[in-house]
Amino acid sequence: MFELLGIPPQALFGQLLLGLINGAFYAMLSLGLAVIFGLLNIINFTHGAQYMMGAFVTWMLLNYFGIEYWYALVLAPLIVGATGIVIERLMISRLYHLDHLYGLLLTFGLALIIQGLFRNEYGISGMSYRPPELLAGGHNLGFMYLPNSRLWVIIASVVVCFGTWFVIEKTKLGAYLRAATENPTLVGAFGINVPRMITLTYGFGVALAAFAGVLAAPIYSVNPNMGESLIIVVFAVVVIGGMGSILGAIITGFGLGLVEGLTRVFYPEGSAVVIFVIMAIVLLIKPAGLFGRAA
Amino acid sequence: MPEAVAVQDPTTRPGGVSVADPHLSVKGLEGWYGESHVLHGIDFDVAKGEVVTLLGRNGAGKTTTLKAVMGILTKRKGSVSFEGQELIGLPARKIARAGIAFCPEERGIFSTLSVEENLHLPPKVREGGLGIDQIFELFPNLKERLSSQGTKLSGGEQQMLAIARILRTGAKMLLLDEPTEGLAPVIVQQIGQTIARLKREGFTIVLVEQNFRFASSVADRHYVVEQGRVVDCIPNAELDANIEKLHAYLGV
Repeated sequence: MFELLGIPPQALFGQLLLGLINGAFYAMLSLGLAVIFGLLNIINFTHGAQYMMGAFVTWMLLNYFGIEYWYALVLAPLIVGATGIVIERLMISRLYHLDHLYGLLLTFGLALIIQGLFRNEYGISGMSYRPPELLAGGHNLGFMYLPNSRLWVIIASVVVCFGTWFVIEKTKLGAYLRAATENPTLVGAFGINVPRMITLTYGFGVALAAFAGVLAAPIYSVNPNMGESLIIVVFAVVVIGGMGSILGAIITGFGLGLVEGLTRVFYPEGSAVVIFVIMAIVLLIKPAGLFGRAA
Repeated sequence: MPEAVAVQDPTTRPGGVSVADPHLSVKGLEGWYGESHVLHGIDFDVAKGEVVTLLGRNGAGKTTTLKAVMGILTKRKGSVSFEGQELIGLPARKIARAGIAFCPEERGIFSTLSVEENLHLPPKVREGGLGIDQIFELFPNLKERLSSQGTKLSGGEQQMLAIARILRTGAKMLLLDEPTEGLAPVIVQQIGQTIARLKREGFTIVLVEQNFRFASSVADRHYVVEQGRVVDCIPNAELDANIEKLHAYLGV
């Protein structure tokens, strides 16, 4: 079949793998955006910058403190998540009574400031992060070579995405979150501290972005603009999946990564725009997104 | 309502009745929706274990009164004292933790939660709430629908769920906003029996009702609300003697 299409299996599977990896990042980032949007009703434009911060903190932990990748997987999301909590308490929480647009402007402005600060300090050439030994090497699957570092990204993102889905859809904590998304006033009248829940949710969404940043550090170059280019695509993914849908964000993220990979095999010229074309079509047919609830 | 407990005191409590040791005491409660001043001085007392209703025409301020007591209406002043604790100034979550539970008119069943999740959502604020078996004894329908989506229940079942979930919490002071609205007579009867049973178990209940017949079947006293004020208080025992007056208040 591959010979018929004139495409060597190595190229096909190579691009599918690349697509799956991109999809893993789309899924993690759009998941964080969906979690934040669900409860805060704010489109977090700082998300790309927070992903970049995750990668930078990972790099700093290793280069300044000698703290290895495996510790950074936990530490970097905690550190960046904590900065998110500070931002929510000091700034975003003052905007809830205003139009959504203000939240968007604030988070967009914050993204520019954060990126500017990092650019000022580290330049734009990017830095490499030495992958841990465990992730060196790979497996020869016969039809393709699978590097361990890439396999790890896919496994880690699937676990984190579905772990998040499980917590939100199947646990008591998630029930509070879903209820507060529907009717925060009533949930507060039951005795639950909704403002604290909102703060922690924002912190969690930011930590998810930072976790994606940690995963990105060994396989991409760590540079201040790494989030900016990715986040545009992620917003398209969110629009396609439907704002606020948890499972929708995960499935669309991985799915669109694969679609992008396939396009790169069969019609390379279209690979850069295919997601935006899909977004336009979805908006025409189903404006609420594939998994979104109609407003 | 025992005579000894109620003391008429018209000078300080316009239209009101003072209760010697009130479970909940509302004095001069004023409230605003944005700029609009809707409560102009609500006064009423509820003794422990009593069921009182707030009666009045649409827009008189009955629901708003419950929301102001609960802290859902945040722009408010005056005094709301519960078990001796002043609640004005506290956020709704702390008022809930103090032991008051609210069942809203629109029932507030969460559509993204199952019946079971809805039932277990409100946290326990005190010991002594109803156990899950007692809840199923009161509302057997809920037991069979536990895994359904909350809003897939019938209107009557949703109302039962809305009441059931606040009985678990241990709060002994219940604010029920029109629990019979839009329900079939047989369900209204069931809710009436539930309220009577809760009263026997020592719950204190403030009920907002449009259904005057229902109100008279469950309550000890009726407070009449007009234009954001309590203008009268009629003990249920004296209802027949005051029926003309009440009809005039309610415009029926």
